Amino acid sequence: MYPCSMKAAELEVIGASWAPHKSTQPILHPTSFRVCAGRVLGVVGPNGAGKSTLLRLLYRFHKPHSGQVMVDGQDIWSMNARAAAKRIAAVLQEQASAFGLTVREIIELGRTPHRSGFATGRVGDAQVVERVLSSLNLQALADRDFRTLSGGERQRVMVARALAQEPQVLILDEPTNHLDVRHQLEVVSLIRSLGLTIVVSLHDLNMANGLCDDVLVLRDGHPQGFGPPQALLTDRLVSDTFRVDARREQLVPSGTPHFSFTLPH
Amino acid sequence: MGAPYQPMTPRARTSVGFWITGLLGFAILLGSLAIAVSVGAIAVPFEAVWGILINKIAPDTISVDWSKGREAIVWDIRLPRAILACLVGAGLAMVGASLQAVTRNPLADPHLLGISAGGACGAILALLHTGLFVGLLTVPLLAFLGSLGATLLVLAVSQFASATSADRLVLAGVAVSFVVMSAANVLIFLGDPRATHTVVFWMLGGLGLARWDQLLYPAVVLLFAGTYLQLKSATLNAMTVGDETATTLGIPVARFRLSVFVIGAMITGVMVAFSGIIGFVGLMIPHIVRLLVGGDYSRLLPLSALCGAVFLVWADVIARTVMAPDDMPIGIVTGLIGGVFFVWLLRQRIR
Repeated sequence: MYPCSMKAAELEVIGASWAPHKSTQPILHPTSFRVCAGRVLGVVGPNGAGKSTLLRLLYRFHKPHSGQVMVDGQDIWSMNARAAAKRIAAVLQEQASAFGLTVREIIELGRTPHRSGFATGRVGDAQVVERVLSSLNLQALADRDFRTLSGGERQRVMVARALAQEPQVLILDEPTNHLDVRHQLEVVSLIRSLGLTIVVSLHDLNMANGLCDDVLVLRDGHPQGFGPPQALLTDRLVSDTFRVDARREQLVPSGTPHFSFTLPH
Repeated sequence: MGAPYQPMTPRARTSVGFWITGLLGFAILLGSLAIAVSVGAIAVPFEAVWGILINKIAPDTISVDWSKGREAIVWDIRLPRAILACLVGAGLAMVGASLQAVTRNPLADPHLLGISAGGACGAILALLHTGLFVGLLTVPLLAFLGSLGATLLVLAVSQFASATSADRLVLAGVAVSFVVMSAANVLIFLGDPRATHTVVFWMLGGLGLARWDQLLYPAVVLLFAGTYLQLKSATLNAMTVGDETATTLGIPVARFRLSVFVIGAMITGVMVAFSGIIGFVGLMIPHIVRLLVGGDYSRLLPLSALCGAVFLVWADVIARTVMAPDDMPIGIVTGLIGGVFFVWLLRQRIR
């Protein structure tokens, strides 16, 4: 039914929760869901809902206090960090802007988990980097200083860096933040075209609607629902989660579903 | 942030450009060494300098037309001093460059982060209080422990104040630096007043204590620590992007940062033990080198070492000549140049 790419892997989260300290209130309460290989999962919710925390569990930055994160049936904490890095890559909001690396040098960082300890680049690494450069149309920028790029170009480079890891699962944290419309659309179509298992946190519900196969809604660290956006994102759920009056409408003439929001009285 | 920034000399980013820059730098270093050895209160002509050096390596190649005194000045005083300048400059520049990556702050520098002050504190303890209980090694050893202590204190303070963000880490360093400097001053105050003068002068930075038999310690430390950092250059590159991204690349971020801090403390400690506090080399040199060859640490580290060496050789020439025949503490020279550079840097960052 869904195109299951060979390189993608199934991602399953079983009752995972997290708190900064043992004694404090969890930021993320036990959450479970499963993303089939090659599907795109959107994580939505208001600010402070626990989206970033959930993503940090997925890219193995935080260890869950309870529960597990499994890639193709294997707990990511049962493998070492490098093995996990070969399976899961992440595009985050942090960017190396002050240190004068070129686009190619940044993409080469993606080869890090494929090298052992002290070893430097191998021939195979250079081939992967070239392939990623050309597949994302970045050849012309390859020797540019990262600082000289526009926001959209930078985001594409960070995606390229993640792809150079040759991962099975790709995590993206608010990839369309601070981008203009054109660049947002570019990033979205790029994400759709990758054929990887993807988890992406999003601000914009309408974007989640168009981009994702499944959506997970979070509020105050509690999962509110999981499922295909058309079925899951009802007026009621969205209104409750975001504390607004939300109404799903249809755009004319395209017929695209579109949420409009007003403040409740 | 994303201010338009012209990429400088893209040719230097290629490997050919790197080797040309490197060879050129090496030639400049050798030339600087020759000049540094010939300049001073007593001028020694170039031919004599080369003659002395060649005769030392291969005796009786060149007929001796210089006095024994000149030979002693060149071989026993000025050359070890110039080589110590190279080692200290190279070491501090490499430490600065590495700390900038793991703190993700282009202002990180062993001096600003209080690591030099910690080294000084340890060295003063050895010089004025404990005595040389393990011989010549005492001063560098206690200086290393002092640097390490200050380093761990900086990391602890930044944890305690939850100041993990890059800018606040430097603030934590400045805070620790003040505290450790006070501790060092207390140690001086409590020490033998007759030795105070020497220690205060040593602390302002100076290469006058260089002796052939002591150059071994900084040389060995620099060789091993420098090699380690060079081999880890790809990891240093990854650290410049961010802790979380580095983690997703399979890098044990906290452990790696700690090991770079320990290596940095080791280099800084031993350099401080032999030359006092010399600031701003670690801040300034990597910046200039980045403009020349870009930010890749596999190129940045060796060229920073080279430029740091050249810079400190010249800073020492200035320190020896402006008030000749007296030596001005070299820390004053680097502080003056570094301070002006810092202002320039602030202006760059605002734009």
